[in-house]
Amino acid sequence: MSIETLLLSIAMALAAGLVGSFAVMRRISLAADPLSHVALPGIGIALALHIHPVFGAVAMLVFGALLVWAVEERGGATTESVIGVVFSAALAIGSITTTGEDLIEALFGGAGALSWSEKIFGVCIATAIVIFILVFRNNLIIMMVSPDIARTAGINVRRFDLLYLESFALTIALGLRYLGVLLMGALIIIPAAAAKRLAHDLKSMLWISVVLSVAATTLGSLIAAKLHREAGPIIVLVATGLFLASLLPLRTWKHE
Amino acid sequence: MEEIKATAENMLEVGQLSVHFGATRVLTELSFRVQKGKAVAVIGPNGAGKTVLLKTLIGSLPFRGSVRWASGVRIGYVPQKLDLERDIPITGIDFLTARAAVAHQSARELSSVLALVGISMEVAQRSIGALSGGQFQRLLIAFALIADPNVLLLDEPTAGVDEPGQEQLNELVRRLQKSENLTVLFISHELSVVYQYADNVLCLGRERAWFGPPRTVLTPELLRQIYGAEVSYHVHEH
Repeated sequence: MSIETLLLSIAMALAAGLVGSFAVMRRISLAADPLSHVALPGIGIALALHIHPVFGAVAMLVFGALLVWAVEERGGATTESVIGVVFSAALAIGSITTTGEDLIEALFGGAGALSWSEKIFGVCIATAIVIFILVFRNNLIIMMVSPDIARTAGINVRRFDLLYLESFALTIALGLRYLGVLLMGALIIIPAAAAKRLAHDLKSMLWISVVLSVAATTLGSLIAAKLHREAGPIIVLVATGLFLASLLPLRTWKHE
Repeated sequence: MEEIKATAENMLEVGQLSVHFGATRVLTELSFRVQKGKAVAVIGPNGAGKTVLLKTLIGSLPFRGSVRWASGVRIGYVPQKLDLERDIPITGIDFLTARAAVAHQSARELSSVLALVGISMEVAQRSIGALSGGQFQRLLIAFALIADPNVLLLDEPTAGVDEPGQEQLNELVRRLQKSENLTVLFISHELSVVYQYADNVLCLGRERAWFGPPRTVLTPELLRQIYGAEVSYHVHEH
């Protein structure tokens, strides 16, 4: 594994750890997972138009986040059903428009070497996401506790909702070629879920989530290289192992 | 419709305010004014739209009519009840620090605000999901106070608080209102508290609303009419 691929995977893991922390705390991890499916028709359309599949996926993810945001405005129980229906349909369309091998790559990653433009694009997006979450973490916390309170604190709740959802969508896009859409969803959620069990305040939550995410990514990549396997599934298995470890005895000292 | 300008002595002017949820009408052509530094109690039976009114005043719900706040208004809002997970890794300190960081004006010292509402540092370092109802209520009041508001909107601020705690919080709000010239709108079901603390009362019935000083508005006939039953109250003796 080259140095710049390692750097890119660390940048991706940082973004995933931070975005995931808020996804888990806001309890949107289940609604956010179907969002990743929308990348598939994007890949299919891009391949049909002979443009780079990553751009098709990114465009559709950005659009998908916008859709979730627009549906959220209506509120109520319909939101989840609409998200479920729309993105399952996207998965169906994606599997028709994308051929066998491309589909497997999109779902589970591992599509050969990354081009320089992809690497630079990836690092820039990851940096932007990390900066957004760190700078506006206070706004996101207040919104999470109560959007009404956030409004009285002068926070533009709708705008930050959209920015957060787009960060989530772009984080999935970051992992598209490396882990694939399905496994990237797992890298966002699993380290954060483990961190939530271990952390006692916001700072420790963000730190633990980021450390676990980076550890799973680098460790998983190294093991995969040794075993000559695709990195994605191994990374997710390492993350799952870390999550299982978080369930063990540490649970008791958290509430001391 | 009459064009209302927030005049110098009024903090809030509400004109012909209507709120609908689909076909259900919750508030209909409600008009009232709140003078600066005054306390207004909002009362009425369940479902009369008290919480909806406060949410509309902070801009969380679509409405027809007009809601005019005086310029330079800084609202501290204490909602009724929040649904939080017990193990959410956000402490009271995290929550208050976030408000102080977001505030454009200078924030008060955390420790002094905590002392003001009667929360110990040890309690503030716990997860906000693990606090008791009363502790969380105090934390929300601390949150509202930290950015130095000039208006407080309180949705049953003493719900879930023990009896001595209720007295304490009511006195705290009263003291702040006087010392900092705060304008206060509070929802209450305790008529004795309304008598004791409110300069005016906004009584929301299902068909219409009444506004005025407690002693003129809260007649036994009106209370019987809007609550549909005999309502007794006692004024706390001090």
